[in-house]
Amino acid sequence: MGLKGGKARIALGGLMVLLAASPACAIDGGEIARNGTLTGAPACAACHGDDGGGSIEGGFPRLAGLSVGYLTHELDSFGDGSRENETMGAIAQALTSDERRAVAAYYAGLPAPKAAEASAPDGAISSRGRNLAETGDWSRGVPACGQCHGPAGQGVGAAFPALAGQPAAYLMAQLSAWKTGTRHNDPLGLMKGIADKLSDQDGAAVSAYYAALPASQVGDSR
Amino acid sequence: MSLARHGAASLATVLALGLTLALPQIGAAGADREGAVPPFVPPPDSAIPDDDLGKVIRLGEHIFHDTRNQASAFVGNDLRCTNCHLDRGRLGHSAPLWAAYVTYPAYRAKNRHVNTFAERLQGCFRYSMNGKAPPLGDPVLVALEIYAAFLAHGAPVGVKLPGQGYPKLTKPKGLDIPHGREVYAAKCALCHGENGAGQASSDGTIVFPPLWGGRSYNWGAGMSSVVNAAGFIKANMPLGQGNSLTDAEAWDVAAYIDSRERPQDPRFTGDLAATRAAHHDSPYDFYGQTVDGVTLGAQSWPAGTEAR
Repeated sequence: MGLKGGKARIALGGLMVLLAASPACAIDGGEIARNGTLTGAPACAACHGDDGGGSIEGGFPRLAGLSVGYLTHELDSFGDGSRENETMGAIAQALTSDERRAVAAYYAGLPAPKAAEASAPDGAISSRGRNLAETGDWSRGVPACGQCHGPAGQGVGAAFPALAGQPAAYLMAQLSAWKTGTRHNDPLGLMKGIADKLSDQDGAAVSAYYAALPASQVGDSR
Repeated sequence: MSLARHGAASLATVLALGLTLALPQIGAAGADREGAVPPFVPPPDSAIPDDDLGKVIRLGEHIFHDTRNQASAFVGNDLRCTNCHLDRGRLGHSAPLWAAYVTYPAYRAKNRHVNTFAERLQGCFRYSMNGKAPPLGDPVLVALEIYAAFLAHGAPVGVKLPGQGYPKLTKPKGLDIPHGREVYAAKCALCHGENGAGQASSDGTIVFPPLWGGRSYNWGAGMSSVVNAAGFIKANMPLGQGNSLTDAEAWDVAAYIDSRERPQDPRFTGDLAATRAAHHDSPYDFYGQTVDGVTLGAQSWPAGTEAR
């Protein structure tokens, strides 16, 4: 480098100040996930699992392998109340926006876990769920879920999260939350429009269908 | 024609007969929300026979849905039939197959001769899919044709059915492309991307189709006419929220989309002005016009790109 000693030290010092002033660089998302924060956010892993795979029993969603944009948006939504959830609302509010981004990036970087053994839904429910997922019900103006979430429910971009391998109870709870309005953070109100057209039986069937799909399946392009 | 010889009384009889033919549908499906004649309802999937005929019908449906993989030799972009013909060619006001099937053979101003349905399908591959026309008799065309015939089973022949094609919106006073750009950013970019290139899922499957650029429909496609695009958008977009845009929003966003560059018209003669005069002579067609500093058609991607 052409800089003389003194100038180099000043430049280096400036760089360190920059680094220190940029918390996102210093925040360890994995540390938050495993141990929580000193400001009161508990460890994410306590509910979402060590591998971020979620919990079927608790209905806690998988986070591993979801998009960083989606996860950040959801934490922000919990924080501002556009996605109402007592537990997650308090947790999101305990996190700074840089911490939210860091922990979202951590989970986005984890591999989607192998699907837990979900009990196979019975024939009638499975076929109804599959039809809604792959074909939709256009007589009611309902597009196929896969037209936005990807043919195997693997998710598209930041706005359309993966559905495959999510606990059925979680998916059903979200459809219900859009219907009642406790979740209203969907772009263009797209999910509100869909959820309003689905019966509880539809919701159960399509949730069971996606819960049984492996999280990391490669689509057959249907 | 015999109509001319027999005069008005016979014409009235013919009209009455047409009305009579339509009546059973009214009774079968009930009035739709506008109170107009309801669209024809195609047979359910369960009506596909479980035999060799049914196999070809199902193949046609498969091609219709997964066009790039099932008809790869004839597809040159990232679209599939179902992008413009929603619900597997079943949905009214989204150019349903059942309504198209019963209007062919037909004279088309586009190529100035009588087209069979198979020739019409060839046009879809050549223009909308920016690929190559399958030869007449090719298994791809045969399967698509029998799939369309299946969907049209029970429909009256030669009748323009409600829901046919795309809705014809009242012509606007003008097209406002800057307004269209705003509508696009607010309502369309979420799925189709800021640059109109569409979006794929994490495994690379194209989920949201590209609307312009080298992987979309070419300048010869029906959708490159703002009239068609506005009608489709009004009735069907955003997906699941059909008829939520105003007519002006639909017209202007269609104008924005159809004033971006896309693959060349396969009928391009090398003379942009002459090609425009021959095939694009309409205020609702931007081919050959200069928009936002780009003379459309002058620097187009090649027509008939190979499948990738």
